[in-house]
Amino acid sequence: MTAGTAQAGGLSRERRPETAPLPSSQLDVVIWRSGAGGRLERFSVPRAPSQTVLDVVTWIQRHLDATLAYRFACRVGMCGSCAMTVNGVARWTCRTHVDRVAPAGRLELRPLANLPVIRDLVCDMREFFDKWTAAKGAFVPTATRRDPPARVPPASRERRHADAAIECIGCGVCYASCDIVAWRPAYLGPAALNRAWTLENDVRDGARVARLAAVAGDAGCHACHSQASCTERCPKHLAPTASIAGLKRLASRSLFERDR
Amino acid sequence: MTKRETALARIASQHDRHAGWWAFIVHRVSGVALAVFLPVHFWALGEALRGDARLDAFLRWADAPAVRASEWAIVVLLGLHLTGGLRVLALEWLPWRGWQKSLAAAAAGVSLLVAVAFLVDLL
Repeated sequence: MTAGTAQAGGLSRERRPETAPLPSSQLDVVIWRSGAGGRLERFSVPRAPSQTVLDVVTWIQRHLDATLAYRFACRVGMCGSCAMTVNGVARWTCRTHVDRVAPAGRLELRPLANLPVIRDLVCDMREFFDKWTAAKGAFVPTATRRDPPARVPPASRERRHADAAIECIGCGVCYASCDIVAWRPAYLGPAALNRAWTLENDVRDGARVARLAAVAGDAGCHACHSQASCTERCPKHLAPTASIAGLKRLASRSLFERDR
Repeated sequence: MTKRETALARIASQHDRHAGWWAFIVHRVSGVALAVFLPVHFWALGEALRGDARLDAFLRWADAPAVRASEWAIVVLLGLHLTGGLRVLALEWLPWRGWQKSLAAAAAGVSLLVAVAFLVDLL
């Protein structure tokens, strides 16, 4: 997938014309603030054309409360650091237009669910990425620099499977949207399993047997109940549910294969 | 905010629950309800072992309208659970086609057909 695809999955198609009248001049924003058990704090923010949720948070930090903690980097849907819970749903705030999610002019912003909160809207992502490690999400090469480059036919089944899932940027939206992660904290989660699926389909990888064993345990792919919230919410329009189903099939098939 | 509080807040506040989530909930709730019904079902079958009279008495009681209505509810639950299970099997074993919402709709549709057919038969 290229940047073009990511753009198609974003909000550019829903951008309102610059001249369109705004529904109201002020936005009513409540934001989760940590400290002393936590509470929601209310802010009033001026509406602006093509305003994103990240614009709103930045405006509050620059004009109303400099102590507000949040995380962002690229502002264009590439880094995956600005995900938050926007009106109850995990989203990238940089690619979420206020018009789309707050037609009544009300926004409720909370940190991503299923992750410990460091402060305000900032989550500790260690648990999320530790699970990528637990799912053996690192490529294990089998060739050396002296070997010729591997030839992987683009039309091969493995390559097509890997291509369909490879564009994950690790934003955590799927992880925060997954009820199974909430109910069973050890569950590896959609992103780590999606990553494992791409590597299970990488014919150059040398750890596919060990990886399948790592993701086929109690907290692995078989814990998924196929609710598909990850697939529904993924800002990149990936389908982790499909990847997890693929891992389930691989694990089942491995029962009948000697080398797995 | 503890993890549990966060999870509960999310379950309560996700505004746009989607077809896959509803399909899961319906499948789970119908499964639990059927599991609760099963002991009653086995008890009724067990009555046959204790003589004709006891079973006949139970079957006469089961002809009461309220019991027949409950029977209809059980058939609906069975339809929902069976089609929901077929949906999961298709989702996990067939190649991914992006028609998962159609699967949920098909499961609901077949369940509705079963429900209507049983109701028509009752009346």
